[in-house]
Amino acid sequence: MTTDPLSIRDLTVAYAEKPVLWDVDVTFPAAHLCAIVGPNGAGKSTLLKSSLGLLPTASGTIRFFGQPLAGVRRRVAYVPQRTSVDWDFPTDALDVVQMGLYGRLGWFKRPGKAEQDSALHALERVRMADFAGRQISQLSGGQQQRVFLARALAQGADLYLMDEPFAGVDATTERAILDVMQELQREGRTVIVVHHDLDTVRDYFDHLTLLNVEVAASGPMSEVFTQANLGAVYGAKSKFLRETA
Amino acid sequence: MILSDLFTDYTLRNVALGSALLGVTGGVVGGFTMLRRQSLLGDAVAHAALPGVCLAFLLTGSKAPLWLLLGGGLSGWLGALGVGLVLKYTRLNEDAALGTMLSAFFGFGIALLTFIAGSGNANQAGLDKFLFGQAATIVAGDVTVMALLSALALGTVWMLFKEFKLLTFDPAYAHTLGFPVERLGVVQTSLAVLAVVIGLQTVGVVLMAALLIAPPAAARQWTDNLGKMLLLSGLFGILSGVAGAVISASTANLPTGPVIVVVASMVLLISLFFAPKRGLLWSAFASAQRRKVLREAMQRGVRPEEEAVVGS
Repeated sequence: MTTDPLSIRDLTVAYAEKPVLWDVDVTFPAAHLCAIVGPNGAGKSTLLKSSLGLLPTASGTIRFFGQPLAGVRRRVAYVPQRTSVDWDFPTDALDVVQMGLYGRLGWFKRPGKAEQDSALHALERVRMADFAGRQISQLSGGQQQRVFLARALAQGADLYLMDEPFAGVDATTERAILDVMQELQREGRTVIVVHHDLDTVRDYFDHLTLLNVEVAASGPMSEVFTQANLGAVYGAKSKFLRETA
Repeated sequence: MILSDLFTDYTLRNVALGSALLGVTGGVVGGFTMLRRQSLLGDAVAHAALPGVCLAFLLTGSKAPLWLLLGGGLSGWLGALGVGLVLKYTRLNEDAALGTMLSAFFGFGIALLTFIAGSGNANQAGLDKFLFGQAATIVAGDVTVMALLSALALGTVWMLFKEFKLLTFDPAYAHTLGFPVERLGVVQTSLAVLAVVIGLQTVGVVLMAALLIAPPAAARQWTDNLGKMLLLSGLFGILSGVAGAVISASTANLPTGPVIVVVASMVLLISLFFAPKRGLLWSAFASAQRRKVLREAMQRGVRPEEEAVVGS
């Protein structure tokens, strides 16, 4: 087994006996910005969730830095889809970001001044320091997305798994997320993003995995982002392909 | 005067203490069930406690509260477990799962109750008080048991406050941090069972859920901070419990449990109307303000600033 940040072998996941992911073999290399791209229902989010043990798998081996997740949890951070929680929850942005430190704090201990400071620092990195005390339902969608990113940053992990962080966000947020991603890469950390926008994928990422239940292709962006590969995943008639052909 | 009786009258003091303990436990524990959108789980647990109470009586032949509460707690917990199993293994949705489990357990309970009543057991009289509660029967020993259960529930919330907050807001993320999400969920459900057990004698199985729902729903109106919300919810619960006990003691033929529920509902009603920001009155005022700004802007033919229109 390698020490790549995330390496997946023979992963099959099924809902109601129907495969959503089929025999997935993929490795994400260190210090890369990796995109997972594919049509609706391709199993992109499922790939992240089942890697993290959030969904039962039918078969497969998943290794983070060469180990099962349980041994390296501190090095892995998850940024779920913004719409996966109820934002009317009674709390503020700073408190949500501090949740990223709960794993490190351990049982029963409450966050203190040190945790508050690191949470504030994480909010600064996503340009949200001014909103620390804001009730989370009063944040825009893009701001909520940045709070989720800050929560993951607070963990200080080496690998970040993000589920559609660019979905429906404003330009400021898109820029802020991108800057953070590039900063992480410069620090030698790895980012894996479920992405839906073929127009931006080449500019934002340097490693691409094309997924449609099975992995169609995975590797350096320049090698994988080809008309033949995209056609295999999206169907030859997709609008994008005609435009870029 | 009745308020001074709170400290001198033995029965009233026990009833008020018991109701206060029930109120604070229901309020604090109910805060989490409400935020997890599981308020009706409390209702299912409460109704599911009835057959346990009856079976405990049949098995022990005793009406000692300890046995009856133990039986009630056990079957309430089984009811909650049943809801979970139905959700996991059948295609019924949550409403249907809760509804079926509630009515199945409650129906069984009523059947047992009727069977016991007709069995000619001289000791059985009064078992039906668990339907709507009969606070006047509470003695000092019962209050001690309630206080212990309440301390257990509130102590658990105090210890696991951070974990419960995370679990309630974002269970998937809690899982990735390594917290045992399912087991924490079982602990939360067990706390709801504890609250129900505390309320069995005072409020009874039918109305118990109100004390898990009304105080936290009222408290949510006044604050955007989870800790403050739980504190306020507990206080609303105490207020409802003590006020219910005093009102029913000062008026002939007013039952304590239902009066407690009515008071809790009044607190909720007032909160829904008058709380700042989330209250109906406040919303109506704010939207009238926005309408005025919009109308003036349209008369002047100038598109209003974004803030002025949205502002809340």
